[in-house]
Amino acid sequence: MDKFTKLTAIAVPLERDNVDTDMIIPKQFLTTIKRTGLSRGLFYELRYDENGKPTEFVLDKPEYKGAQILVAGENFGCGSSREHAPWALLDHGIRCVIAESFADIFYNNCFKNGILPVKLPAEQLAACMAIAKRGGEAAMMTVDLESQTVATPDGDSFPFEVEPFRKHCLLNGLDDIALTLEDADAISAFEGKQRQAMPWLYS
Amino acid sequence: MTETMSQPRTLFDKIWDNHVVERRDDGTCLLYIDRHLVHEVTSPQAFEGLRMAGRKVRRPDATLAVADHNVPTAHREKGIAEEDSRIQVETLEKNCREFGVEMYGMDDPRQGIVHIIGPEQGMTQPGMTIVCGDSHTSTHGAFGALAFGIGTSEVEHVLATQTLIQRPAKNMRVTVDGKRPIGTTAKDLILAIIGKIGTAGGTGHVIEYAGEAIRELSMAGRMTVCNMSIEAGARAGMIAPDETTFEYLKGRPMAPKAGNWEQALEVWRGLPSDPGAHYDKEVTLHASEIEPQVTWGTSPQDVLPVSGAIPNPADARDDGQRRAIERALEYMGLTPGAKLTDVKLDKVFIGSCTNGRIEDLREVAKVVGGRHVADGVHAMIVPGSGLVKEQAEEEGLDKVFVEAGFDWRDAGCSMCLAMNADRLQPGERCASTSNRNFEGRQGRGGRTHLMSPAMAAAAALTGHITDVRELASS
Ligand code: SF4
Repeated sequence: MDKFTKLTAIAVPLERDNVDTDMIIPKQFLTTIKRTGLSRGLFYELRYDENGKPTEFVLDKPEYKGAQILVAGENFGCGSSREHAPWALLDHGIRCVIAESFADIFYNNCFKNGILPVKLPAEQLAACMAIAKRGGEAAMMTVDLESQTVATPDGDSFPFEVEPFRKHCLLNGLDDIALTLEDADAISAFEGKQRQAMPWLYS
Repeated sequence: MTETMSQPRTLFDKIWDNHVVERRDDGTCLLYIDRHLVHEVTSPQAFEGLRMAGRKVRRPDATLAVADHNVPTAHREKGIAEEDSRIQVETLEKNCREFGVEMYGMDDPRQGIVHIIGPEQGMTQPGMTIVCGDSHTSTHGAFGALAFGIGTSEVEHVLATQTLIQRPAKNMRVTVDGKRPIGTTAKDLILAIIGKIGTAGGTGHVIEYAGEAIRELSMAGRMTVCNMSIEAGARAGMIAPDETTFEYLKGRPMAPKAGNWEQALEVWRGLPSDPGAHYDKEVTLHASEIEPQVTWGTSPQDVLPVSGAIPNPADARDDGQRRAIERALEYMGLTPGAKLTDVKLDKVFIGSCTNGRIEDLREVAKVVGGRHVADGVHAMIVPGSGLVKEQAEEEGLDKVFVEAGFDWRDAGCSMCLAMNADRLQPGERCASTSNRNFEGRQGRGGRTHLMSPAMAAAAALTGHITDVRELASS
């Protein structure tokens, strides 16, 4: 997993609430057995019409070329648990999603893939959205995980919350599994106790 | 610590406490996972990760795999035509062989939708922690288990360590008081709940469903309710285990055997929430006020009683809501003010992990009662598992369906998400017993109306959205 420390990049506006994971990556792209190459399917049904022609979706506009921050509304990432959603965002180069709120599973999945989800209150989110809409250089923001702030070109600095453990893992690009396996003895001890108390769980 | 233990606890708190391997200073916990269900779509990258790191599956005995999302529901003997889908299913088979995980293959009668087969086999039990790389894992909470969906990285984490790093959710209780009126099913209860609290109403919470109308549901009905907890924003839904639960479990292949059964019962009887336990959020509905429900829009919260009319954007409470209604109506091709019962249909889909159980199929057969599917409507019934199919055929339900003009299929997810060949064409309108009416969910440009199996059956017979209560009396 790539580290996330500080990111200065163009922000792209997606002015919608309840963006679901079916919308982020439609099911026809789920038959892959890999994590990469999914950017082709990112927001596919918004980006292409029935005949496969590009629709001039905001992500494809020249002023958002190279954008790495996505700004959206409420309840971002709801629906299916597919991790293909953050994989597709990442494959397109998105490293940070700023929204008013996130669905739980998607929020979790972001951290596992080096993407930082940032929750901002409605007013601050509206300010970010307005800035993102300017496009190009004028839509550049800086997201700093260390200091937990989003700095805008207008000189504002919005603080955000992130759990310490998740922050630590993201800052250092740590692999959860390796960390957990350091506790293998505690897991074995738990299993030993549980097996005695509830043997049917082990037969 | 001991102090918190003596305070009244909820069902969720108890299961949580029973599974904490380690508590970290920042409040996160290493949580032990009792059972892990695996399917073909969200697991290949997880197994790949294990292989690359040279890790093993810690507890193959606690892991069960099945292919459901991609499998064809007709002419299965011919194999899977789409190459990507076939590779994905074959990859699961290969991975299971390599890592020693049991898998129900496509030709196994026990094959079916992952959330149907867990309970069916007795794998799902009260007090357990259960996960699967699928958001509708909440279904298993119907047994008084803590069950939730996870992403592929977490699938890998569970395969390797049998644990997850988690933070406790908040407790929310949704009480449905009183008795259900005739014609109102479990599906109508959960749709009404989502209509009331919204699709983000349960975010960050585990919902415990309680009240007379919930207690009186069969296990099938309870599974339908818990299944759609995720559509209410909650990662998990649960219902306290009781005699109905124990009755259902007894004698199932993976349920505790005779020697352990009594001991298990004793543990399970201690699980229900203590009187006075604290809930962070409480919502109450009255069953007597809940009519059969139908969705009109592109979010499960866009739901109305069947007697209702399509909403008017002009009545929205703010600009955001007005835009959302306009967008939904445009996608759905509906006119504000039109009666729901005037909406004509092209397709009907009965099945999915929400409503693909034998009880659901019996409901459908009852409504059909010798009538025929309306002209121009294609109605398919997809049983939730091979065993549901067998049971239905034993009861002669398949004959009722086929004679009425329904298309009777093999088990799988099918048109719930249209990953296999079963899907809507652009503009086609479908009455569906599944759980999501998102844009494009059942096929690009497809229009989905969620409802109960009885309501979907009624719609199949008339060709438009129909109040099943009126059909029954006609
Ligand atoms: S039936 Fe539908 S909701 Fe259920 S597991 Fe399959 S695709 Fe998911």
